[in-house]
Amino acid sequence: MSAAAGTPVSGDLSIPFRWRRKDLLGIAELSVQEIGAVLAAAESFAEVALRPVKKVPTLRGKTVVNLFFEPSTRTRVSFEIAAQRLSADVVNFSVASSSQSKGETLRDTTRNIASMFPDFVVVRHAHHGVPAMLARELDCGVINAGDGSHEHPTQALLDAMTIRHRKGRIEGLTVAMVGDIAHSRVARSNIHLLTRLGARVRVAGPRTMLPREMAALGVEVCYRVEDALDGADVIMMLRLQLERQRSVLFPSLGEYAALFGLDAKRLALARPDAIVLHPGPMNRGVEIASEVADGGHSAILEQVGQGVAVRMAVLYLLAGAREERS
Amino acid sequence: MSLIAKATILDSDAMRRIVRRMAGEILESERDLAELMLIGIRTRGVPLAEQLAAEILAQEGRAPAIGTLDITLYRDDLSLVAPKPVVRESHFPAPIEGRTLVLCDDVLYTGRTVRAALDALLDFGRPKAVRLAVLIDRGWRELPIHADYVGRKVPTSASEVIKVSFEESDGAAEVQILDRKPDA
Repeated sequence: MSAAAGTPVSGDLSIPFRWRRKDLLGIAELSVQEIGAVLAAAESFAEVALRPVKKVPTLRGKTVVNLFFEPSTRTRVSFEIAAQRLSADVVNFSVASSSQSKGETLRDTTRNIASMFPDFVVVRHAHHGVPAMLARELDCGVINAGDGSHEHPTQALLDAMTIRHRKGRIEGLTVAMVGDIAHSRVARSNIHLLTRLGARVRVAGPRTMLPREMAALGVEVCYRVEDALDGADVIMMLRLQLERQRSVLFPSLGEYAALFGLDAKRLALARPDAIVLHPGPMNRGVEIASEVADGGHSAILEQVGQGVAVRMAVLYLLAGAREERS
Repeated sequence: MSLIAKATILDSDAMRRIVRRMAGEILESERDLAELMLIGIRTRGVPLAEQLAAEILAQEGRAPAIGTLDITLYRDDLSLVAPKPVVRESHFPAPIEGRTLVLCDDVLYTGRTVRAALDALLDFGRPKAVRLAVLIDRGWRELPIHADYVGRKVPTSASEVIKVSFEESDGAAEVQILDRKPDA
């Protein structure tokens, strides 16, 4: 079901279409129509958050296991709220409190989880491919909540939803992505999604964080952040993973901020109606200045809100596919 | 399974007369138009609600409020998600709190749609009363639910399908009975 070359980029749902996927492992394998289906369903779920009773009974009696091998608060909480708004039961299983630290193998952890009969496992892991392995081993639906530097599909979907809300479209927009492109699963998922929906994507960052193969993904590689920002409709600032600062990818935080940080002066290079996104958590004063993060162009808090709606949509569509198989 | 049209039970004139009569019955029992709201259940309940509102306007000079309700998230089985992955919004022009609501749908069959609709409505507020108006009651109830306003009762067999078409949504107004194609 991958998008063939020349597939129309509208994601038109008036064409009869069946959702068949039981897992969401990445954006790379999604067709334009599947992306369109998630975004359309997410629009309806956004409305649930505005109701007096913020809950619908759709996944009553289903169990969602949040299996996080890497620390995360916002993604886990977002999945948790999404599952609860659909009336599913949620269990959080995180590495700090799990047996992995006691030497259990990933396969044993997986088997243990499987024998508790969850309906969905939401997984985050430092190594790419772990969600795919789980999807092969488990009958339940598997959702990738970030695997290594591979993919973070729900983040890209919520970014797309935020862009559509603010800009009314994605096709034809120029999107500048700035930061550690090489190690960013957010960047990778977004590049797949945005290019597939017809946006022009530019990436910029220190050379040590900018693999040359990026051009093969259909993006324009810029070594000066100014070149990427020039006339951009959307600016995506990536989180600088401070834990990587110990490796020698860049000399100092101060230098990174000076060369690649987004402040008001750099923001002025983009279109006057440009929006600024950040997947969080932000390093204020490093990749993004507070005047930008809190300014009128920022859509950062909106992203967080759309995250819940997108994750509800994903759980809902995957649940439907599971029902069809059984 | 392919279906063939067995009979047309209502044509557009008959439908118009029935809607006119139903509107009159609603007016007779629901005296306070200001607190009345017609709620169309997506998809075919929406044009019925609109037609009833237009009739009430014609008879009374005032139209009741109209809302639309999508019950997808309240269904008791998920098997319809895959073939129809689109969820649409519910919309009410005003809070439903304290109002008398008339749920409108084209066909009343097992009663499960109405059960889902009631659950959905109650999550939006606490109406004073909820009534039910359907164009066709085809029997075969699986839940203790009945309609307050019925256009036409049509005895059916379980294999038959009632197909209601409206000018607004389908380009023609009629009600047909379809049945499985007899094996050739």
